[in-house]
Amino acid sequence: MTGTAEKPPVGNKPISTTSEWTFDLIREYDEEIAKCAAEFGLDTYPNQIEVISAEQMMDAYSSVGMPVGYHHWSFGKQFLNTSKGYQRGQMGLAYEIVINSDPCIAYLMEENTLPMQALVIAHACYGHNSFFKGNYLFRTWTDASAIIDYLVFARNYVAECEERYGVDAVEQILDSCHALMNYGVDRYKRPSPISAAEEQRRQKEREEYLQRQLNDLWRTIPRMAGDDDEDERRRKRYPPEPQENLLYFIEKNAPLLETWQRELIRIVRKIGQYFYPQRQTQVMNEGWASFWHYTLLHRMYEKGLVTDGFMLEFLQSHTAVIYQPPFDSPWYSGINPYTLGFSIYSDLRRICEEPTDEDRQWFPDIAGSDWVETLHFAMKNFKDESFIQQFLSPKVMRDLKLFAISSDEDEDVYRITAIHDEMGYRVLREKLARQYNLSYREPNIQVWNVDLRGDRSLTLRHVPVDGVPLGDSTVEVIRHVHRLWGFDVHLESVDDGTVVEEFHIPPRHLEDED
Amino acid sequence: MGMTHVVDRRLNGKNKSAVNRERFLRRYRHHIKKAVADAVQRRSITDIERGEHVSIPSKDIDEPIFHHGTGGHREVVHPGNKEFVAGDTVPKPQGGGGGQGQGGASPDGEGMDEFAFQITQDEFLDFLFDDLELPNLARKKLKDTEAFKYQRAGFTSQGIPAKLDVVRSLRGAHARRLGLGGARKRKLRELEAQLAELKAHPNEPDPAFSPQDQIDALEAEIKRLKGNLRRIPWIDEIDLRYRQHVKKPKPATSAVMFCLMDVSGSMTQVHKDIAKRFFILLYLFLKKNYKRIEVVFIRHHTSAKEVDEEEFFYSRETGGTIVSSALKLMKQIVDARYSPSEWNIYAAQASDGDNWNDDSPICGKILAEQILPLVQYYAYVEITPQDHQMLWYEYEKILKQDPNSFAMQQIADPGDIYPVFRQLFERKAA
Repeated sequence: MTGTAEKPPVGNKPISTTSEWTFDLIREYDEEIAKCAAEFGLDTYPNQIEVISAEQMMDAYSSVGMPVGYHHWSFGKQFLNTSKGYQRGQMGLAYEIVINSDPCIAYLMEENTLPMQALVIAHACYGHNSFFKGNYLFRTWTDASAIIDYLVFARNYVAECEERYGVDAVEQILDSCHALMNYGVDRYKRPSPISAAEEQRRQKEREEYLQRQLNDLWRTIPRMAGDDDEDERRRKRYPPEPQENLLYFIEKNAPLLETWQRELIRIVRKIGQYFYPQRQTQVMNEGWASFWHYTLLHRMYEKGLVTDGFMLEFLQSHTAVIYQPPFDSPWYSGINPYTLGFSIYSDLRRICEEPTDEDRQWFPDIAGSDWVETLHFAMKNFKDESFIQQFLSPKVMRDLKLFAISSDEDEDVYRITAIHDEMGYRVLREKLARQYNLSYREPNIQVWNVDLRGDRSLTLRHVPVDGVPLGDSTVEVIRHVHRLWGFDVHLESVDDGTVVEEFHIPPRHLEDED
Repeated sequence: MGMTHVVDRRLNGKNKSAVNRERFLRRYRHHIKKAVADAVQRRSITDIERGEHVSIPSKDIDEPIFHHGTGGHREVVHPGNKEFVAGDTVPKPQGGGGGQGQGGASPDGEGMDEFAFQITQDEFLDFLFDDLELPNLARKKLKDTEAFKYQRAGFTSQGIPAKLDVVRSLRGAHARRLGLGGARKRKLRELEAQLAELKAHPNEPDPAFSPQDQIDALEAEIKRLKGNLRRIPWIDEIDLRYRQHVKKPKPATSAVMFCLMDVSGSMTQVHKDIAKRFFILLYLFLKKNYKRIEVVFIRHHTSAKEVDEEEFFYSRETGGTIVSSALKLMKQIVDARYSPSEWNIYAAQASDGDNWNDDSPICGKILAEQILPLVQYYAYVEITPQDHQMLWYEYEKILKQDPNSFAMQQIADPGDIYPVFRQLFERKAA
């Protein structure tokens, strides 16, 4: 990408020449950026831009981007962490936070200079916003118009529980739910949209229904003798198919939970579901937003609406945002999603506009096509994994100098398996794509069985990938599962049909083990 | 486009996270208390009243989730290749568990296995004095005018301009205008509609009525109504509302604290330092407990003297020791200025236990007969690593007689100060 655009055409007057912002200037910039966005066909929710102070930004931070959150100590921890970093000047606050809601809420910090505010508006209000509205995962998994109401409902419900059952009791349940938050989604089922009013209305119904269902499940009155073959019953598992949505399974089936505890599980599950698309589209989403702040502000420059000074300041921030330290740098902490995403989209545009022979060979359908359409297609229909698999070009791999390194437990060397050359492109692309596959990033753990007629214990099953075992916090997490389930909990790692590792809460006695 | 709405939220409350922060501190109060206790020992005297840096081991604070451990086969893509080609091998770092997690320390040298944060001065003092209380706190008669406070008591229709509540007044005016004008306005609208109707068809052939008469009548009525409406004042005296405050006596307690310290030659700098730290703790504790507290500082060697805070803590003295001089002075001061019927009286005495031997029985006598009947609580700390001397044994007798309002403890080194302080003021189960 080249940072210099041609000289602005005479005729248009720059919107401003100072770097001090005012509300009027913000409105003016927004209007002009919106016009540019429309030229490129960006489709967005209406925007709500909220100007806030640095302290408020830290508040917003610590509630993990939820504009309204229930109270929990972990958000306090987050807040302490943020304010510490900020006060020491180690860490600038993010310039912006944007919320996937309708209208789309974006926070601007009052400390920002005018060029920064313009960057944020382009990035959040037109970049992220159009991504939220267009990407299929967001369309499937979140309901932008309902989220704020739902969060308010959740906060009130949690507060009510705290009043009734005590802060500690509520905190315990929430702690346990948070430990399983990433296991609260059915990946292959479309969820019903969330709605606060609906939740409230149905809460009562659910209470009664659930209790009836539970009673059926846990009916303890012994059946007539000989009415069923004992062994047969033992062989049958419940649930018949493994369940990946642990929170849902616990919410519906845990024998001892009170209704309000089930509701808390549900709340954490629903909020986890809201964040589910974000976890899978970080590269795409940040890349998209960065591509558009870059493109839109250059368009403003072409129109003569911003000055050279403005562009210099903007480009400096832009460069910092998309900087990728090399693997051996002290600042390296993995691949920067902004860089990767921005590079892929920018290169896609190049492939459309100025394709080379290599591009025609790698992307026959795309090379030479309409770039705006192609980029929109890429934004709408993929998640990080498939996006990289589909669109990571040899040129981007060369530019970023990507290489793959493999490590085996029983070897004392790392092996370089592929680099950015003819031999390596396909391997690299596949490996990198896989790195963004959620089920590769997070251990695959599912509900395997409940001993319905016996000790009511819950057995979870972990299927390792490439022999990678579970981490050291596993026992702690199972403790949380145990708290929710109320009876013994077992977790077995089953690799290729053999149990390679077992965890039990409460821990098994020694006699049992040998 | 007009689709964007820009809002200034800067004046909305910050501290949305205050509750979450409080929850966090509550959850980790044991860790924080320990850090506070350590800090009290470490800090210099002047330095005790500020926030504190607290570290909690990360393992206690982590929120566990399922994640991959080390081991197995793993392949990762990195950027920034320089000289590698496919097939190269790189030796693993020695002793490392493999994988890419280097862990270790963050750039500023702070261990990653600690979660560190800052608590404020108020929080520091809260934790410092958590679960402590002043024993035998009895509510005494109140004499000070300070014990009144103004309390909000709704609104009134009379008051001084400074207390005018603009919003409420205007709301009242608005309601009154609606109440008085609403019906008239509706009527007015009807008449105007009729009038317009008539004017639109001026030549309706209806001989029974003359349209012009009707128009005139309507116009007259409209004029009257408009006049009426105009006469409704925009704001009237009866709309005005004033904030009302009432003066309420405040059931506060007054307390006076006597700090008695031995500054004789046998008290080494280390001793004095310990005593001072003890008194500073006490002083802070009292300040937290009472809005209004007086502190009397008495120091003594062979003779006692009432001094101000500055002199008490920071000046040096030498000479022999006569403890009773301080007790006598305290009694005099109480008699002169602090009637026990109006004041809660507390006293703390620090010494190294060294006293002119003949004086110790006198001390015991004065304390038991003249001082203890007057005070809520009297605490004695003896700062010495050595064996006790006469004074201690005299005081022990008193402890047997009057364990409710007298307490004594020994401090051997600075590490004892805070624990002893806590013992002396521990909240006793009711």
